Amino acid sequence: MKKKWLAFLVVVISVLFVLAACGSETEEASESSGNENDEGKETETESEEAAEDKPYIAIVSKGFQHQFWQAVQSGAEKAAEEFDVEITFEGPENESQVDKQMEMLQAALDKNPDAIGFAALDSQASSPLLEKADESGIPIIAFDSGVDSEIPLATASTDNYAAAQEAANRMAELIGEEGKVALVVHDQVSVTGVQRRDGFIETIEENYPNIEIVDTQYGGGDHLESTNLAKTMMQANPDLAGIYGSNEGSAIGVVNAVRELGKEGEITIVGFDSGKQQIDAIKDGIMAGAITQNPEGIGYETVKAAVQALDGEEVEENIDTGYFWYDKDNIEDEEIQAAIYE
Amino acid sequence: MAATTANNNKQKSFANSGALQQILAFASLIVLIIFFSIASENFLSWSNIEGILLSTTVIGILALGTTFVIITGGIDLSIGTGMTLTSVMTGVFIVYLGLPVSVGILGGILTGALIGFIAGFSVSMLRIPPFIATLAMMMIAEGLSLVISGASPIYFSDVEGFNNIALGSVIPGISIPNAVLIFFLMVIIGWILLSKTIVGRYTFAIGSNEEATRLSGINVKKWKMIIYTIAGCFTGVAGVIMASRLNSAQPALGMGYELEAIAAVVIGGTSLSGGKGSLIGTMIGALIMSVLTNGLRIMSIPQEWQTVVIGFVILLAVYFDMLRKKNE
Repeated sequence: MKKKWLAFLVVVISVLFVLAACGSETEEASESSGNENDEGKETETESEEAAEDKPYIAIVSKGFQHQFWQAVQSGAEKAAEEFDVEITFEGPENESQVDKQMEMLQAALDKNPDAIGFAALDSQASSPLLEKADESGIPIIAFDSGVDSEIPLATASTDNYAAAQEAANRMAELIGEEGKVALVVHDQVSVTGVQRRDGFIETIEENYPNIEIVDTQYGGGDHLESTNLAKTMMQANPDLAGIYGSNEGSAIGVVNAVRELGKEGEITIVGFDSGKQQIDAIKDGIMAGAITQNPEGIGYETVKAAVQALDGEEVEENIDTGYFWYDKDNIEDEEIQAAIYE
Repeated sequence: MAATTANNNKQKSFANSGALQQILAFASLIVLIIFFSIASENFLSWSNIEGILLSTTVIGILALGTTFVIITGGIDLSIGTGMTLTSVMTGVFIVYLGLPVSVGILGGILTGALIGFIAGFSVSMLRIPPFIATLAMMMIAEGLSLVISGASPIYFSDVEGFNNIALGSVIPGISIPNAVLIFFLMVIIGWILLSKTIVGRYTFAIGSNEEATRLSGINVKKWKMIIYTIAGCFTGVAGVIMASRLNSAQPALGMGYELEAIAAVVIGGTSLSGGKGSLIGTMIGALIMSVLTNGLRIMSIPQEWQTVVIGFVILLAVYFDMLRKKNE
């Protein structure tokens, strides 16, 4: 019996290893199949004339399937076309997969890119790999939440703290500068989570003495989880005046919760980012408005900064890619439409 | 190892069917409810109770299905992302293909059944250990959800009444969301299947002693496939409810839900070594999980500590289960 279990354990562990290996192999395989053309070109040109090589910039993002990342990618592709460089763009399935992102960064380094664009899920975890890249002279451009380190030449990102301050000011204005507010934040570890929380809380505490922040909870950006917790917050504080959701999943969770409790119009919701449901909620008037980053701008500026670094130009250290407040009134404006996505 | 005494114990406990564990779980639920009612005046309001019930539904239904599998001595890790795939498929049927809502729901449930069937086939016919077979299914379902949906959510906003499947209320006058009714309906269906039908008898028999069951002429392979398929149907129902409540199929959600469901099963007194368990227990287990989360939240306990507390509750539940086994 004991032996059987041991054997089983061994099998489980070995299969896990095989699976893990397969996993990374297929990843690499899919990557290389993704740039089959470029790599084909690369090898060709390498054999003929290395000088004609297009620079290759590997971008490792925090996600790929979310529309936000797709907008970042499309911005990056625009820049790639404009500056005539090759890029690859990839990221883990969700924003808790720090380990997977490390594998991707490692794989990107193994391909000897000319530059790297990187949005860290966890700055601490990525620092050894980034140091390695730095030692081999590969310029690194951080984007989105950036990297908490001296290594990146530049960071192309939304100033999330400032954006959250804007959210706090709007919230204060909407609720008449008094009452109770609560926060649904996507996580307490990432730089975006922390800045979007602190920017909001500190602004309220400093500037609005009559507003009380009663609770801050974290829903991982998971719609269902955020719905449940926002609902619980409203139960615990029946007299809430407003709730702030720090990203799409969190904000939609708040909207769902308000709908389910039939408190439309009683609670002021301020959101962050966009997405169809958030846009609909703003149009319907359930959500007062939201802050949006400029995702295409983030992708574009990242590649642009990488190209500048490769050309030996000086790169601005903090590239602010901007943010917008949008609500019912300006949602159809051109600059807003370019930054939000369904 | 004392395999024979363990088997004897299992047979004995099959007779009293873990009633003690259930009573214990139920008592803990009551204690929790009393504790939170004292700790926060807002806890026992009707709309909060409704909220607790509603937040139990998805994990609860997943847990019900997986109870069957766990009683056979297996495990099903594919239910979390499997649920996501069923909600994505429901979206494909209704939104992309424009099929009627009822057909879409059926399609979603059948998708769940198919996932369960493949898992069951791999376990019984291909002899892949359940842990691995369903781990593989978990990854396959996760990938397929992203591929099929094009990695973006499918919205049901234009589908009249879809939101009401979970959030509407069929009983006029009483505001109990349908999702909660469906959850209790699934408890009843599951309970009948497990304790009144041949499926249930074989589920326990396989979990108690698979070899003896096979030797007594029962086609264990076939029944295992059936049991995994039933569990898959529960996954499908959970997927539809999830999609309806969020009014969208979110292809990136679902990972980790399987572990919460398994935790609910274990808290409910179903033994991970198989042969013993009950759906009422699982229902109570799922309720304990959501009462705990809700109560700790309502007391504004920081989230990090909520997770720690739930972890300890699982440890305690399993420890009591072991104690009881020893005493028997």
